[in-house]
Amino acid sequence: MPTRIFGQPIKRLEDPRLLTGRGRFVDDIDLPGQLHAAFLRSPHAHARIRAIDATVARAIEGVIAVWTYAEIGPCQRRMPLLIPHPNLTHPYTRFALARDEVNHVGEPIAMVIAESRYLAEDALEAITVEWEELSPVVDIETAVQPGTPLVHEELGTNVAAHYVGIVGNPDQAFSSATHVFHERLLIERSASMPIEPRAVLATWDDPAGVLRVWDTTQAPIVIRNALAALFELAPTQVHVVAPDVGGGFGGKIMVYPEEVLVPYAALVLRRPVKWSEDRIEHFVGTNHERLQIHEAEIAVDGEGRILGVRDRFLHDTGAYTPYGIIVPIITACQLPGPYKVPNYHVEFRAVYSNTVPVSPYRGAGRPHACFVMERLLDRVADELGLDRAEVRRRNFIQPHEFPYDVGLIFQDGAPTRYDSGNYPAMLDRLLQEMDYHRLVTEELPRLRAQGRHLGVGIACYVEGTGIGPYEGAHVRVEPTGHVYVATGMPQQGQAHRTVLAQVVAEELQVPLDTVQVIEGDTAHFEFGSGTYASRSAVVAGSAVALAVRRVREQGLRLAAEELEVAVDDLVVEDGRVFVRGTPERGFTWAQLAQLANPLRYAYAGDLAVRPRPWSGPTLPPGRQPALEATDYYSPPHATWASGAVGAVVEVDPATGMLHVRRLWVVHDCGTVINPTVVEGQIHGGVAQGIGGSFYERLHYDENGQLLNASFMDFLIPTAMEIPRIEVAHLETPSPLNPLGVKGVGEAGAIPIPALVASAVEDALRPYGVRVKRMPLSPDELLRLLHPEA
Amino acid sequence: MNDPTVERRQIGLTVNGQLIKRQVEVRLLLSDFLRHELGLTGTHVGCEHGVCGACTVLFDGEPARSCLLLAVQADGHAIETVESLADGESLHPLQRAFWEKHGLQCGYCTPGILMVLKAFLAENPTPTEAEVREAIAGNLCRCTGYQNIVEAALEAARLLRQEQ
Repeated sequence: MPTRIFGQPIKRLEDPRLLTGRGRFVDDIDLPGQLHAAFLRSPHAHARIRAIDATVARAIEGVIAVWTYAEIGPCQRRMPLLIPHPNLTHPYTRFALARDEVNHVGEPIAMVIAESRYLAEDALEAITVEWEELSPVVDIETAVQPGTPLVHEELGTNVAAHYVGIVGNPDQAFSSATHVFHERLLIERSASMPIEPRAVLATWDDPAGVLRVWDTTQAPIVIRNALAALFELAPTQVHVVAPDVGGGFGGKIMVYPEEVLVPYAALVLRRPVKWSEDRIEHFVGTNHERLQIHEAEIAVDGEGRILGVRDRFLHDTGAYTPYGIIVPIITACQLPGPYKVPNYHVEFRAVYSNTVPVSPYRGAGRPHACFVMERLLDRVADELGLDRAEVRRRNFIQPHEFPYDVGLIFQDGAPTRYDSGNYPAMLDRLLQEMDYHRLVTEELPRLRAQGRHLGVGIACYVEGTGIGPYEGAHVRVEPTGHVYVATGMPQQGQAHRTVLAQVVAEELQVPLDTVQVIEGDTAHFEFGSGTYASRSAVVAGSAVALAVRRVREQGLRLAAEELEVAVDDLVVEDGRVFVRGTPERGFTWAQLAQLANPLRYAYAGDLAVRPRPWSGPTLPPGRQPALEATDYYSPPHATWASGAVGAVVEVDPATGMLHVRRLWVVHDCGTVINPTVVEGQIHGGVAQGIGGSFYERLHYDENGQLLNASFMDFLIPTAMEIPRIEVAHLETPSPLNPLGVKGVGEAGAIPIPALVASAVEDALRPYGVRVKRMPLSPDELLRLLHPEA
Repeated sequence: MNDPTVERRQIGLTVNGQLIKRQVEVRLLLSDFLRHELGLTGTHVGCEHGVCGACTVLFDGEPARSCLLLAVQADGHAIETVESLADGESLHPLQRAFWEKHGLQCGYCTPGILMVLKAFLAENPTPTEAEVREAIAGNLCRCTGYQNIVEAALEAARLLRQEQ
């Protein structure tokens, strides 16, 4: 019998190195003769630069260069607009170093390169800038009012994009509805906050004629191609590696100013140059996400069935739109969630403000969408006197209704079409895990009778994962028996090496540790985009599956030829290909790789050289000297994962503190490659969701100063705040890809704000509180409890 | 010469049991000294203001934030970093437990947590889950939601007791 490797809870191949301090993160790499960069950043949210004087800084011993916009050669071009969109009518990107105007606190305006980071920072303090302060635009509701100061004067508006999506006939649905409920809902600004800040190290390898770059990016191929184009180098003259990366969560996918300036400095100075972001820089120099203000309404019939949804929202895009309008597009498309919304009007404006730019952070517009939809459904349940679970059940898309079209075009330009799922079963499983009925009818009433403020909440979500355009993989069986696998996707902790090795080991029936997965290195694989949008397992995993299946075919054909049997008579087991029923007639994969190659190398191979059974060229047409294949997987559209979550929370009305007592997740990401890894992804997402529900909010004041730009003030939850998370899996395979998998990276983060809102509201029923914003905080809960105070 | 940008001082300390003597700038952080002077890059730097805990090392056996210490303050003291945990190829029970229980994802916060737990489990070999959570409350992890870290710590405690 073949050994099952796919689907097993296998320990990660990545771990021994990382556990022993032998990981290699960008800042761990020091090159001989290395210089260090530091950036002077704007202290103002909106200002003109009148003059920069770096004379004193340049004179400091050990300072090699101080550059402003005037000195950065090819980097004087505007930073790229990575994802244009027809509705993004007023895009705006920055200069790598501000030319004449800054638009947020933290915008880089000068670059110092010195013999040490300490000296570089000394020099920053010696640079003087003459400023002309302009009116900052911070509040996005004010920003869209006529007569408000403009972030970018030349655009003539603060509205970067206006989008309208209509499905069915919403106006008619609303006019004929039994009930219409309206909510104004707010999600505050937050950010990815990986524990490893960003870093870039670059060196010009002169003998090789190659620019080598180590970058904490989630998209090394994108960076490689950008640098090649910018510096007019052949793509093969730029080598970008994303080595071990300490978390990404979206914030590390971009082409940031430092990612072009550091390589440029290495090119010009002909010495290695390193820049490592510090945490304060990260708060103001790496993109944020989340802030949206929704005016949403739902129309239902007398039984709580949805007739239509209308939502108009403002999306804060920050000072620039380098990543287009991906985040609000996702919000718009995913808002209906797992429910049938026959008539839907969604409209947003993406609004500039003098704040750090916005691009995806784990969830990428989905937590917002889920929060809005689930809040509306909770309202319906409460107004109609229905159980919150029952309202959801009445509105689910049914298992026989897939594929299901939402009716809008998704972020990837393909239809928002759900491929598969079983939402009623998902909710049933959740209620069963929670022992919902007993919880609601017995346990909570008993605890509440003791004066405790406990509440139960549930929330459901879908997540479009595994989007295109494509990823590829190269798989090769080596004559040593190792299997080489290369993909273009880098990792930031998601266990790619393990799960991709599982896909390969399953097909070839080889031990997992013989599979060498290389990723995030443009010297190994040159086509693809990167790690984002919960797509690695789906898109790269499928590409690996297609490639290894071709290699398996090659091996089978070769073995059949050698053994003079039909391919169908062969089996692949125990690291070998052999004739069914006679295991001694066969080859190991190492032997097959040796057979494929007519050359015999020193020390390599245990096969005796034998006469060729054919005449003519040693390598006849159609034969290759290796068992190897490259293949690509391009999904027709996203595959849709889903889930249902439940929680019991307790509010302390004296302090406003929130305690999550129990938390359940039922999750369906299709076929599971490694349940341990999937659970880990969910745990991490849930923790970020709890952060975004009660702890993490980036506070800008009216001057555009970020008030809590440190871990002292921006509160990432610790082990004390995150409860035990109980995870159950459903597996509804995706019909779209060869593995049946769906993405899981962002799943946990999506429904938690909606869940916490639901549970807190339930806990505070005696007070008639309605939760309309996220995150909550002790202050906010006390305000809700004592509105008169 | 008291200019901290140039003043250097001789220090002598023990790092992972080895005696080290170096001339260092007086303003050099202990974290930078370990990482970039000694090449012990297992100690990571996440915030440089003493909150995230990624840079935690043992300072005379006690957990300390190496980003909040100067290298000169370690003069005459003993430092242990994550590189000291494994004995050659043989993993420390903490490392085995973290591997077994999927206690790490990106691995960036891991070394700091391992060092905190080494000291904690020496003091409290039979911790409850709540005690473990409190022990690592000074370490931020953005990947795992802590659950498997807690599992790993409890498993490590069990392994360490077995080895006694």
